[in-house]
Amino acid sequence: MVASTSNGLKRVVIEPVTRVEGHGKVTLLLDEQNKVHQARLHIVEFRGFERFIQGRPFWEVPVLVQRLCGICPVSHHLAAAKAMDRIVGGEQLTPTAEKMRRLMHYGQFFQSHALHFFHLVSPDLLFGFDADVAIRNVIGVAAKYPDLAVQGVMMRKYGQEIILRTAGKKIHGTGAIPGGVNKNLSIAERDFLLKDAEQMLTWARGALKLAKDYTLAHLDELRDFGSFESNHLSLIGASGELDLYHGGLRAITATGEKIFDHVDYQRYLDYIAEEVRPWSYMKFPFIKSLGPERGWYRVGPLARLNTADRIDTPEAEAARQEFMAVTQGKPNNISMAYHWARMIELLHSMEKIHALLHDRDLQGTDLVVRGPRREETVGLIEAPRGTLFHHYVVNKDDQIVRANLIVSTTNNNEPMNRAVQKVAQDHLSGRQLTEGLLNRIEVAIRAYDPCLSCATHALGRMPLEVELLAADGTRLDRRSRG
Amino acid sequence: MTPARVLVLAYGNPGRRDDGLGPACAAAVERWQVPGVTVSSDYQLTVEDAAAAAQHDVVLFVDAACAGPEPWALRALGRSTEVAAARRTGGVGFSSHSAAPEDVLALAALLFNADPAGYVLAVRGYEFDEFGEGLSPAAGRNLAAALAALEPMLRNRTLGADAAPADRPVAAAAGSGTDR
Repeated sequence: MVASTSNGLKRVVIEPVTRVEGHGKVTLLLDEQNKVHQARLHIVEFRGFERFIQGRPFWEVPVLVQRLCGICPVSHHLAAAKAMDRIVGGEQLTPTAEKMRRLMHYGQFFQSHALHFFHLVSPDLLFGFDADVAIRNVIGVAAKYPDLAVQGVMMRKYGQEIILRTAGKKIHGTGAIPGGVNKNLSIAERDFLLKDAEQMLTWARGALKLAKDYTLAHLDELRDFGSFESNHLSLIGASGELDLYHGGLRAITATGEKIFDHVDYQRYLDYIAEEVRPWSYMKFPFIKSLGPERGWYRVGPLARLNTADRIDTPEAEAARQEFMAVTQGKPNNISMAYHWARMIELLHSMEKIHALLHDRDLQGTDLVVRGPRREETVGLIEAPRGTLFHHYVVNKDDQIVRANLIVSTTNNNEPMNRAVQKVAQDHLSGRQLTEGLLNRIEVAIRAYDPCLSCATHALGRMPLEVELLAADGTRLDRRSRG
Repeated sequence: MTPARVLVLAYGNPGRRDDGLGPACAAAVERWQVPGVTVSSDYQLTVEDAAAAAQHDVVLFVDAACAGPEPWALRALGRSTEVAAARRTGGVGFSSHSAAPEDVLALAALLFNADPAGYVLAVRGYEFDEFGEGLSPAAGRNLAAALAALEPMLRNRTLGADAAPADRPVAAAAGSGTDR
């Protein structure tokens, strides 16, 4: 809808955004010349979680946090488990425990990235941003490109099979426990997963090729689409390699200069702060040394490819070099390059899965370690959507007394607002909300694969309604989807 | 005659109060151990559920409803091939990481050449916005009513025996309203 504000600016509201999790609403603030002055992406973030877990015993937390999100419960499970490792003094995991967790984590990446690419993104890429929404969806892909759609379904299913066999259950997994894991991978489970591993590698290569070819073929158009310069942040391995499970924090500028490197994430509060803005429930994290104006950053696949010096699996490393060549080795700041980066990680995850399945440590029986107890702890992990922070304080009775989470989508809050603003500035013409503009705003937001409001979805909760009102509040237009 | 293979696909988040109606229903159905009835429970439907749906004759989706009839309603979606045809001509609009029951059915037909019949059991809930375990008392009563109706349907395979057009409810319980 369009409505006037007291300072003469006009508001254009788009609510909610399609094909991202939960509810999102976009407000475009226009100036007197009907140019976009500011974009605001409103997100209904989860509330009440800290209260939900206060007083609960710490060992329950890795299971409880899975209630946060129906899309990435494994990421929350592992971030919380990493935090609780420190409570029991067990952060130096046994080889079996660390490899079981990594296998679970790569399985989660594989299914999450496959779902996003085939189910949510491929319709935009295969049919074009301006294609009729009636066919620009997963059913349209299934009808016209059934082989591709089957691959997406089966890759997602394969990732879920890994999660089932490492976490013990498909939902509410209990595999990771403070100081280790509660199961290893049996030979039968290993052989079951190995059966389809080669096929998954082949399909992952195909998905990467599709994303790469699309990006290169449309580079002139995409280079500017919702794009902007930003800092980038991620975990990084000890020798600068991409590491999705563990490492230190690295932040770089838009041109690649290091802001900080190999930072122990137990001290993240020395480096990261969160700004509160009155119009949003969701906070805006920033790098303290740069301040809120200049210190915001991107996370997720694009940021990880930009911060990494290399990838430790051969095919993904070759793909990374091709990716970085597009920007002459400098950080890539093209929002739509997220998809290419995501598919490089898809292949990397499958390479890792393939290697781990041949590692006999997964059949080891030394599963848990213990050491000196602590009362405050931080667990960090790279979730599919980006860096995920879990911070807890535990009392002497083993109860949680305080918790703070910065989820991946919160880390990308400012970048998503910038992407929407850029698209709106480039494509809003006059006072009409066109289908083309709506599509492009959605495409820009989807590049970040946000998880907007985790884990409720009861029937009847997902309308899409767009209203266009005159400056005096008169409705000029109304659009709805769903 | 071989009884129909039935898949009960229940979904929702038990950590969000009444959003857990689906999983609570799944747990009860699983306890019944009805031969030929498979139960699956998850946070939400996703595309890979189409592969499981394709291996059954009937798919019963069970979800919480934040609006609509109390205490529950059962709606026929039609056969997968019919749903797929409808979805291909503009039935898909808003969607997210999760899939709609119609999407799962349509994908079962389009990708796996299967033609199961689909139904949605919508159990009315009331409290969704806060984290917390356990159903509200009213939702708990609605679930009990739904289960009482569902058990003979599954045991006798009478689910959908009087199937109505896809956009019409097959059955809605004659609830007397619900005290929260």
